[in-house]
Amino acid sequence: MLELRGISKHFGAVQALTEVDFEVYPGEVVALVGDNGAGKSTLVKCVAGTHAPDDGKIVFEGREVKIASPSDATHLGIETVYQDLALCDNLDVVQNMFLGRERVQRLIPLAVEPLSEIEMEKQALDVLKSLRVTTIDSVRTKVVSLSGGQRQSVAISKAVMWNSKVVLLDEPTAALGVAQTEQVLALIAQLREQGLGVVVISHNLAEVLDVADRIVVLRLGRRAATFERGEATPDDVVAAITGARMLKIGGNR
Amino acid sequence: MRMAQDDLATPQTPPDGIATVVQERGLRGSMRTLMTLGLRRVRQGELGPLPVILGLIVIALYFGSQTSWIFLNARNMSNLVLQIAAIGSVATGIVLVLLLGEIDLSVGSIAGLTSAVLGVLVVYHNWPWWLAIIATLAVGAAIGAFQGAWFGLFGVPAFVVTLAGFLAWQGVQLRVLGPNGTVNVFEPHIDNIAATYLPTIWGWALGVGVAVTYTAANLIKQIRRRRAGLSSQPLAVLLVWTTIIAAISLGAVGYLNSYTGVPTAGVVMLGLVLFFVWVTTSTKFGRYVYAVGGNIEAARRAGINVTAIRIWVFTLSGMLAAVGGLIFTSRLTAASTQTGGGTFLLEAIAAAVIGGTSLFGGRGSVWAALLGALVIGSVSNGLDLMSQPPEIKYMVEGGILLVAVTVDAISRRGRAAAGR
Repeated sequence: MLELRGISKHFGAVQALTEVDFEVYPGEVVALVGDNGAGKSTLVKCVAGTHAPDDGKIVFEGREVKIASPSDATHLGIETVYQDLALCDNLDVVQNMFLGRERVQRLIPLAVEPLSEIEMEKQALDVLKSLRVTTIDSVRTKVVSLSGGQRQSVAISKAVMWNSKVVLLDEPTAALGVAQTEQVLALIAQLREQGLGVVVISHNLAEVLDVADRIVVLRLGRRAATFERGEATPDDVVAAITGARMLKIGGNR
Repeated sequence: MRMAQDDLATPQTPPDGIATVVQERGLRGSMRTLMTLGLRRVRQGELGPLPVILGLIVIALYFGSQTSWIFLNARNMSNLVLQIAAIGSVATGIVLVLLLGEIDLSVGSIAGLTSAVLGVLVVYHNWPWWLAIIATLAVGAAIGAFQGAWFGLFGVPAFVVTLAGFLAWQGVQLRVLGPNGTVNVFEPHIDNIAATYLPTIWGWALGVGVAVTYTAANLIKQIRRRRAGLSSQPLAVLLVWTTIIAAISLGAVGYLNSYTGVPTAGVVMLGLVLFFVWVTTSTKFGRYVYAVGGNIEAARRAGINVTAIRIWVFTLSGMLAAVGGLIFTSRLTAASTQTGGGTFLLEAIAAAVIGGTSLFGGRGSVWAALLGALVIGSVSNGLDLMSQPPEIKYMVEGGILLVAVTVDAISRRGRAAAGR
């Protein structure tokens, strides 16, 4: 569904990405792993529209696209959930999920357009239910009083409720405890069930091996290895990340 | 620690059980649900208007007892409403600015300048009263927009921009008033704003209107929520709130009517407060103000035009300051070099903060302007009745402001301690 071909990007003298190919298919969870500075975040930002690649093609649903800004990505159906989540603590779950895209009743168009709270609340509930997010007591709870896992769930649900096709998750479990990580992994599995393409950046190998259908390893800005589900041991992945051994250079799919 | 346990415990809820607070049936059950929710909010530092309402009751009882209850009689309450009309209007604008997490130090000077503009237009240039009022409000809005744009477009801190405005508009005010310094405004329409009272019947209509509108709006909302299958307030809770609101609005009207009626200036202030309560809670614009004040980065990523929101909020703040200037002119039947000066600016900001608006942005309600103005006005009025000199007044108001900000800071810590 989303395919990157030969993406290169440099910042000044630093070559962050060198001819990286990357692809994610509907109903697939791809983990993007690599050491610090391997280019994971840069790659994600190229897709999210925050960085423009210097070279290479982005193909989305069979046609070549230009992603020059975050809103371009959003229009295509590519949503990114960054580590800092970007939720407003002082607003509740529904208000956050609809932030910037509120539903209104057009009583007097352009003059009196009160928010349709009921419609929004209902839709938010439907989305959370379809994603089996069961840990949030009330969608009218302010985000300030949610736990880390609940916030992550809200941020992800917010990202996928707008007909998105590909979701990029930047370290979704980095700050979470064991139980909360479970919640988020379950949510990621649910996204796959719904046919979305999911890209997860992660440092946690156990978790990556658990949830990902495919693992793509970046090293020094190049794609160093690809592992299909069940085919890799943690040692193999670590070896690819650190460069101890080179396995299957390039993609095999 | 607590959160981790919560999370371990919650997955046992059935998949369909999301998002509805478990509601117990019946009157006792609904009361218990309400208590639980209320207690949770208090523990999380979401105190809402509770502290200021308690404070108001204490203040009323104290001054009542010290003045052999003259403080609480209908005539004095009517005076109090007149005294707080200007401050309440200006504080409404300050609340909007504080919700953004910013400050506007120029509102006193804007009130003074717009008062001068109004006086000069009506007296020296013989403009019709209505046109002069429109022009006055436009001047306030334009000044606000200018400051908001300077802050929003160039990124100069609002504190500095409006501090510059605080000085500069005072200068303009003196220039507009000219060498005479004071313009006496004997224009009946303008003077009547602060000198007339609603006829008894209209006062009652206002009180009944507020109560009925509140009840109807709430009832319709709850019915629609129930129809949509969402959690709704139990009927008993609805009944309690309706009774409280009806008692307050009808009680206030009845009490003021027992003297000379509801002051027109008070109606202007109340109308502004109600309108901006609606704007902040029920429109996209209001939602965006809270979002920008809560997390500016999140707001920006959600596609909200942060600069536009900032300019709008400062524009409104300037316009509401001009309403303050208008009410001042009317009360004094003059525009003078003193108008809007002295402690007025700080009292307006203090009112917004005492009313429960957080200085840290994103938290509070426009009601704070009304409640805070009541506190500031009551203290000032009460100390006057006790014939206390101004120095005592300043010290007491300073103390109350400190207490209010401390409550805000501690409740913030309460939120942090609750694990977030």
